[in-house]
This record gives sequence, structure tokens and C-alpha cells, in this order.
Amino acid sequence: MIVELGHFALILAFAVALAQMIIPMIGAHKGWPDWMAAAQPMATTQFLLIGFSFAALTWAFVTSDFSLRIVVENSHTAKPLIYKISGVWGNHEGSMLLWVLIVVLFGACAAWFGGNLPATLRARVLGVQSSIGAAFMAFILATSNPFDRLASPPFNGRDLNPLLQDPGLAFHPPFLYLGYVGLSMAFSFAVAALIEGRVDAAWGRWVRPWTLAAWIFLTIGIALGSWWAYYELGWGGFWFWDPVENASFMPWLLAAALLHSAIVVEKREALKAWTILLAILAFGFSLMGTFIVRSGLLTSVHAFANDPERGVFILLIFAVFVGGALTLYAARAGTMEARGVFSSVSRESALVVNNVLLAVSAFVVFIGTMWPMFADMFLGRTLSVGAPFFDMAFSPFMVALATIMPVGAMLPWKRGDLRRTMRPLWPLAVLSVALGALVWAMQTGRSALGPVGATLGLWVVLGAGADLWARTGRGALAGRLRRLTRLPRADWGKATAHAGLGVTLFAAAGLTAWEAEDIRVLQEGESYSFAGYDITLTEVRQVQGPNYNSDMGVFELARGGEVVSELTPEKRRYPVAGMPTTEAGIDSGFLRDVYLVLGDPQEGGGWAVRSFLKPLANWLWGGAIIMALGGLLSLSDRRYRVASGRARKQPGPAAAVPAE
Amino acid sequence: MKGLKKKRRVQIILVAVAALALSTGLIGYAMRDGINFFRSPSQVVSAPPGEAEVFRIGGMVEPGSLQRGRGETIRFSVTDGNASVPVTFRGVLPDLFDENQSMVGTGRYVDGVFEASEILAKHDETYMPREVMEALQESGEWRGEGTPTAAGGS
Repeated sequence: MIVELGHFALILAFAVALAQMIIPMIGAHKGWPDWMAAAQPMATTQFLLIGFSFAALTWAFVTSDFSLRIVVENSHTAKPLIYKISGVWGNHEGSMLLWVLIVVLFGACAAWFGGNLPATLRARVLGVQSSIGAAFMAFILATSNPFDRLASPPFNGRDLNPLLQDPGLAFHPPFLYLGYVGLSMAFSFAVAALIEGRVDAAWGRWVRPWTLAAWIFLTIGIALGSWWAYYELGWGGFWFWDPVENASFMPWLLAAALLHSAIVVEKREALKAWTILLAILAFGFSLMGTFIVRSGLLTSVHAFANDPERGVFILLIFAVFVGGALTLYAARAGTMEARGVFSSVSRESALVVNNVLLAVSAFVVFIGTMWPMFADMFLGRTLSVGAPFFDMAFSPFMVALATIMPVGAMLPWKRGDLRRTMRPLWPLAVLSVALGALVWAMQTGRSALGPVGATLGLWVVLGAGADLWARTGRGALAGRLRRLTRLPRADWGKATAHAGLGVTLFAAAGLTAWEAEDIRVLQEGESYSFAGYDITLTEVRQVQGPNYNSDMGVFELARGGEVVSELTPEKRRYPVAGMPTTEAGIDSGFLRDVYLVLGDPQEGGGWAVRSFLKPLANWLWGGAIIMALGGLLSLSDRRYRVASGRARKQPGPAAAVPAE
Repeated sequence: MKGLKKKRRVQIILVAVAALALSTGLIGYAMRDGINFFRSPSQVVSAPPGEAEVFRIGGMVEPGSLQRGRGETIRFSVTDGNASVPVTFRGVLPDLFDENQSMVGTGRYVDGVFEASEILAKHDETYMPREVMEALQESGEWRGEGTPTAAGGS
């Protein structure tokens, strides 16, 4: 019964979404306040309906209602509760419902907190946002209904893919979707502004927090996915430049660019047309990400079974939204006249360079990701683009970005003086290069990646510190320290996020340059030495889990005769899903991870054992967390909370003026 | 004001064009090393690529050919029904790797043996890489149901 109600709520929400996409638009065009105001309750209604629908599906999973097709295909009574819940989005249908839930959640947020927006802009934003929701609801209802019943329900389900029964992946999709869909808000604002025909500082101030929120979620989502791949897949890699990974990375790069160009719109009313274009492209890439993951057009190591027909539907949605928005953009971009002028050495210019570098690096990733499809269609060759391509074509732009970041972040608005800005930075640059040289001398004869990463990482982190310190003005140390604690959170957020990028860059370079690996056959009780550690295979035991059984290797990790820790890599078998999985044994340290994988049992006794030394592994995800934290700090800045109250007292003159 | 704005716009366009040109150059240069062609076992046998070339091979793991558990090197043969190529791999195989399953590997072809440096894993039993599906269809070995699709969740 609840399931039918959930299905019914979904259909109702679709009807409301259709109404919300038309009525406020007409209202905004004709200047009818009541038609425009209708958008708010409709957005709330949509959210409640989809929320109920999602809750109904979750209920079906929690109670193991095996009359539902997707519950049978993705759940089992013996599965732990948390994976019953995460199973809701561990499949295509449920994940699309989650996607729509987030679309309407963001729409409802714009309705609830958008009180200080000009009425026409708000009506149009909600209208556009609702059209996105409507398109995906139509997609769900037409091609992938999660509430599909079975005529003869089985006694038990087929279990969720064991690889997905993992805390890292339980929360990876929701965060990623919050990021993807958060960009839909920037898209809606961009399209609404194009229809409206005006972009001003207030628009920039509105778009920024949404983009920032989306970027934070994307950062966390990507980091979770990378972390999961690292410890769960058993190859010890953190990034494979795989199409599915790139699909989430391109929106991240563009969201980062958008974040920075929206600052220029907000503070200086320049780069308007570019910012609008970025907002459209960023969401376009999010849609494309969904399409790539579901269409099966590109071969991915992370691919699950898929259905090309659904991909075509999403491609259609993509074409309508991005094509429509770009057409509108072409017609209206001329009206986005810039107000502020700036010198060629200024914060604005630095942000332009930041945007060019981020956009071009996204372009490189895009070419590398789509080239196999292009070559197949037009050149008739089946090929794949591997990591060497990205290492060579993508990395230079990140190096350039990290090099100019500390300088650009400290340049003043409007007109700057490079010499004066560089004065406090020179010692830091020297220090960073010295560290790089030291690292290079110590590692002798290994790739230059490590020293370069160390130099850039330190340079970016020190630069972020110098930026904060420069904000405290002059005078006695005590006074500056006191002022440091009183700086706006946005300043702290900026410095934190920048430092996080430095840490991530350093970790990625160090991990790639200094990792070590080994493979050998080991008898129980035998030991070997690897990267300065003595590793002993104590025994291999049979272990019984809640819905799996496993061979667990017990390894002792010792250094200089002292036992450091005990590692237990496993080979698990999930009988219901009929699938084996590999659980790596990882000793996480501050500077390095020791990573063991149990391989095949050998015919003459013993086991194949693969070992990796992963330096700085934790720094990689630590850096991502620091970046996300910086974003959060910035998002919680006083300005966003106070500005909303102030603007309400004096409604802008734009409120009553319809688009020409 | 107007003149400065125009000058700035021209400068921005120049920077963007320079960045695009640089990236295009880098892309072209990187493609020489970064691209791995896909070859089916028949193609490898009829026109063996040079020993230096890194490429991808894909097909089905031939029944009875898989030797695992005899030292750290794993041996098997990959076939598309018409030809079969022996493969060696030093490492731990992906979880779903087995005889009569599809596989894709990256590596070099040295002295009639494909030395794989990487074996592609899949996360799901019903998934088959598109290249493998097409290679099997070409050799007439495809036994799927009509169209080369696999149903199921994401």
C-alpha cells in the first residue's frame, strides 16, 4: 500500500512540477504577482511529495518488501540495516529518485530562503529548476520506475552487489548527487538571468553560495569515491582517469572556475557573460556525467551493467537543456555589459587566468574522456586513452595554477603592483624551492614529480598563510594576532581551501613518485622484508560474516624487531550474489600506508601476496577534507546571513520591471 | 573607460586562445603515448603489433587455460572464437575474473605472449565491456540475446 502511495506521490509531483514550470514563468512575463508567488508553495509541495515517495521506497527496502522488483534485485534479508538503506540508491532506479529528491530539495530551498530576491527572478529560477525536476521525473516514470511490482514475489532477494556494501560507497552517491544537482541551481539562476536580461552584483552574491555548496559536496563525493576505490578494489590506486571518474571531475573543475568568476561578478560587476556561460557548462557536464555513467558508451573500470536506451533519454534531456540554454545565451549575452574596469595586473586578471586554466584543464579531461567515442565513430578505431595522456596534458595546467595561486590571491582589486605583492612572497618561494631541492637530493634518481610536488605544495600552503597574515594589516605582533582571529570567515575559508589544494597536490605527486610494490608467494609462518618493514604471514583463517564467508590472512608488520601492527586482508565470498570481493589490509600511518592484498591460494600451499607502500595516502583525502572545510567556512560567512535581512527592507527597482 | 574595456577584452581573448593552443599542442603530444589501441585476439595473431607498443586486448578467457596458484605469475589464454592469445600477468586478479568470462587487459605483445600490466576489473557480473562485445560479434561468437545490451541496475 505504502509503495503504491509512493508511486502516486511521484506522479502527483510530476504534475506539480509541470505547473510550476509554466505558471510562474507566465506570471513573471506578464508581471502578475500572484502567479509568480504560486511558485513557492508548489516548490514546497514538490519536495514533500518526492520526499514521501523516497521514504516509501526506503521503507520497502528496510522491511525487505520482495514484491518490488528493485528490492529483489538489490537487497537481501541478511544484509545489515545500513546497506538496506544505502541499497535504495545502490541501483539505477533508486539513484534517479534520489537525484530528483535533491533537485526538488534545492528548488524548495530557493523558495524558502529566496525572500530577498527580486520577485520575477525568483519566479523564473523556480520555474527553470522545476523544469529540470519535471524532465527527470518523466524519465523515471517512463523508463525506470522504482515502484515496479513483481507478479510472484520470491522469498528472498538477490543481494546488493557486495562491492557496494561499504560505508565509503554508501555515502558516495548522495554527496556526488548533491554536488551535481547543486550546480542545477547555478544553471537555473543563469537561465533566469538570461530571460530577465540582467546580471548584477546581487545575482553574483546569490549564485556564489549555491555554487560553493555544490563544489563542497562534489569535493567530498569525489574524495569518498577515490577513497573507496583505494581500499576496496584492492589495486591500491586512488585515481585511474577512468571515464566515470572524469565525469565527476569535469564539473568539479568548472564549479571551481564558476566559484571564482562569480566573485568578480559580485565584487566588480565584470566577467558577467563568461560567468553565465560557465554556469550553463558546469551543469551541462553534470548531466553528461550522468549520461556517461548510465549509457555504457565508454568502457569504464567502474562500470556496472547498463542500458543504452536510458542513456539516449538522458542525452535528450542534456540536448534540450544545454542546447536551449546556449541558444538563449547566444541571443542574450550581448546585454551583459560589464561595469567595472580593471588593470592587467589585478585580482580580476588573476581570476581570469585562474578561470582560463581551470576551463582549459577541464577541456583536456573532456577530450581525453570523449576521444575513444570520437575515434570509434569517425576514425573507425577502437582505442582507449590511458593515464599517461592525462599525466602529460593535464598536469602542466595544475602546475601553472599552483604557481600563480598565492600571487593572484594577494593581488589587490582593480590595479595591483606585482613587485609589491611579491615582496612578502619571495622568501616563501625560496623556501619552497629549497625544500624541493632537498627532496630531490634525498631521493636520488627518481622521478622529478616528487620534488616538484613538494615545492608547489609548500608554496601554495605558505602562500595561503601569507595571504591571511597580510590581511591583518601592520603594527605590533599582538595586534596582528588579535586581528587574525577576527578576520571574516570568508578569508579563513579561502586560505583553508587553497592550503587544502596544496596538500592534495603534494600528496598526489608524492604518492605517485614514491610508491613501492611487491608480489610474492608466501607460506604460513614465513616472512619477508619490504620497504624497511618485516612482514610475517602468521596464518590464514576461515571467518564467517553476516552475509559472507572469507579467508582472512593475518599479517604481522614489524619494523626493527618491533611489531607495528597486525593486518588482516581478506578474500570474501558473498554466496547470495555469487560474488567474491577482496578486502585489502591497510596500516594507515601519518606519512605512509602499508597496503596488503591476499591473492590466490597456491597449489603447493601458501598464498600469493601483493604489498604496496603508499606514501602520503592520508594526505590526499586530508587535503580534500581541508578544501571542503575551507568551502564550509566561507559558506558560513556573516555576509551571507546578514545580507539577506538587509536587502528585504529596500526591494530593488528591478522587482517591478519585467523583461523587455 | 570604453577603450580600456576593449583592450582588456582583447587581452582576455588572447590569453584564452594561447591557453587553448597550448592545450591542443599538449593533447596532440600526449596522445602519442597515452592512446592504447584495442585489438581482438584474431587481429593480434594476423598482424602482431611491435614489442614496444602498449595496447589493449579483450575477449573471453578460454576454458581450461587458466593457471592460477602456481607462483606469482598467472597464465591464461584469451580468445574471440577464431584465434587465441596466451597471456601472462604478475599480480592479483580482479575478483570477478574467471574462465568463460570477458576480460580486457593492457600490456605488450612479446614473443607471441601478451604480457599484461593491468587486467580490467568489472564491478558487476552481467557487465561486458563494449569492445569485447563488438569483437565477439565480429567473429560470430556472440551468444547474447539479440542486441548487445545487458539489463540491470547502474
